Amino acid sequence: MARNKQHSPMNQLTRWGQLHYRNCRDTVFALADNPIATALTVAVIGIALALPGSLNIMIQNARNLAGSWESARDFSIYMVPGTDLAQAQSLAKELQADDDIAAIKLIAAESALLDFRESSGLGDVLDALGSNPLPHTLVVRPAETAEAAALADLADKLAARAEVDMVKIDTLWVERLNAILDFMNRVVVIASILLIAAVIIIVGNTIRLDIQNRRVEIEVLKLLGASDGFVRRPFLYVGLWYGFLGSMIALFLLVAGGWLLSSPLERLIGLYESDINLLGLDPQTIAAIVGGGVLSGWGGAWTAVSRHLAAIQPK
Amino acid sequence: MIRFDNVSKRYQGTGDALRNLSFEVDRGEMVFLTGASGAGKSTLLRLIAHIEIPTRGQVFVDGVNVGRLSKRQVPAHRRQIGIVFQDNKLLADRSAFDNVALPLVIAGVSDREIPRRVRAALDQVGLLKKEKLLPGMLSTGEQQRIGIARAVVARPRLLIADEPTGNLDPWLSLEIMKLFGRFNQIGVTMLIATHDLNLLDKVRGRRLQLGNGELIDPATDALIF
Repeated sequence: MARNKQHSPMNQLTRWGQLHYRNCRDTVFALADNPIATALTVAVIGIALALPGSLNIMIQNARNLAGSWESARDFSIYMVPGTDLAQAQSLAKELQADDDIAAIKLIAAESALLDFRESSGLGDVLDALGSNPLPHTLVVRPAETAEAAALADLADKLAARAEVDMVKIDTLWVERLNAILDFMNRVVVIASILLIAAVIIIVGNTIRLDIQNRRVEIEVLKLLGASDGFVRRPFLYVGLWYGFLGSMIALFLLVAGGWLLSSPLERLIGLYESDINLLGLDPQTIAAIVGGGVLSGWGGAWTAVSRHLAAIQPK
Repeated sequence: MIRFDNVSKRYQGTGDALRNLSFEVDRGEMVFLTGASGAGKSTLLRLIAHIEIPTRGQVFVDGVNVGRLSKRQVPAHRRQIGIVFQDNKLLADRSAFDNVALPLVIAGVSDREIPRRVRAALDQVGLLKKEKLLPGMLSTGEQQRIGIARAVVARPRLLIADEPTGNLDPWLSLEIMKLFGRFNQIGVTMLIATHDLNLLDKVRGRRLQLGNGELIDPATDALIF
């Protein structure tokens, strides 16, 4: 009866939880017993995880900046001077129906002249001209999905119309910037894979040395009836802690780096009269760094343990 | 409890350690394995604990063919057996208490239960007051007694001991044999390998004498101290 109670699922679950709690707690103490070795390993893992993290933040900020320059994709349609405002309004209405166009703003010649007069301070010169030299202008903002080639075609068609004097469009440099950012994004993915592999190797090698140092203990445990899982578990927890602590170091480095760079960067952005906000660590990046750290630490430990524990048998 | 059926064990390069060995040990029995060094006593014990596998024949413990155990079944088999090693195999960086607690930790005994059972085992070997000391701070005899406490703490049905008095003086050896006798009285089956024949003259139990890997005298010797 008592034996049945001992083997009840609840009892076994409690034992399982107790074993994990014990391993989790004991491995923290074991790491704390070797502070220098632990700190060095954790620092290396932290730096390895911080590198792709920092590249990712840089790219996010570059994309943010490029997004703020999306207005550079706007193009202007200058009507032939003397064209009726009604014609300009009709063209605006026609273009509004196009899927590639998100918004159109009509700047009437009179309104443009008024703005120019106020901003330039050349009122006397303008008065001397006698008539308004400025045309009606349509400022077109393409849809985000609009392809550069489609916009170029549209611009050509518009330029061919009798009432249109000129179409001014220049989106090539933004396209190039986006292509560079896409390329950099791929570089970050490759760098992340390589650096996570490095973390797995670092943790694996540290655990391998730990296994060698504890060879006698492992032999005794196996002689006393410890299962492979029992022997393996503390090493997996060590790997998990290395990965977790490494990810904390990585987050610290990213926050500290962001803090050190934010002031000069904001000054630089201010000089370009831009109002964009610098992006820091977002929840996804934090989750990726912590998750990547923990998984790679655990993976490294698992690799080492699977390779080396089986080789240790009691003599 | 233990049955050997025509068991042979051959090591590569060194020849047969055991040859066609057949014997039985009943539940609750106390049996001494005697013989000179190299007679095969340690090999026989290692076969019981599945540290070695027989080259030929079968070893049964509690009706289970030990040689047929799968890799996953071996730990549970070893947990049923208390083992006392000649060299103690105590962990140098753990206290006497922690060393004795190991089988209970492995068996998943609760944190509340462990101290009570460890202290009871340490009390049985007379070392309760030295629970906090590391093995290096204990004498050879005390270390051997810690090894015995570790072997009995999980209340095994079978206890095997390989030369448990090999490094001890005659007085301490007798003390340890008396200790084994007390465990045997509470129902633990004992199989003890020793080459100390003088000691055996003073203790009660059946003798199995090995020579060159064979059972020389399978007859039962009843000795009283």
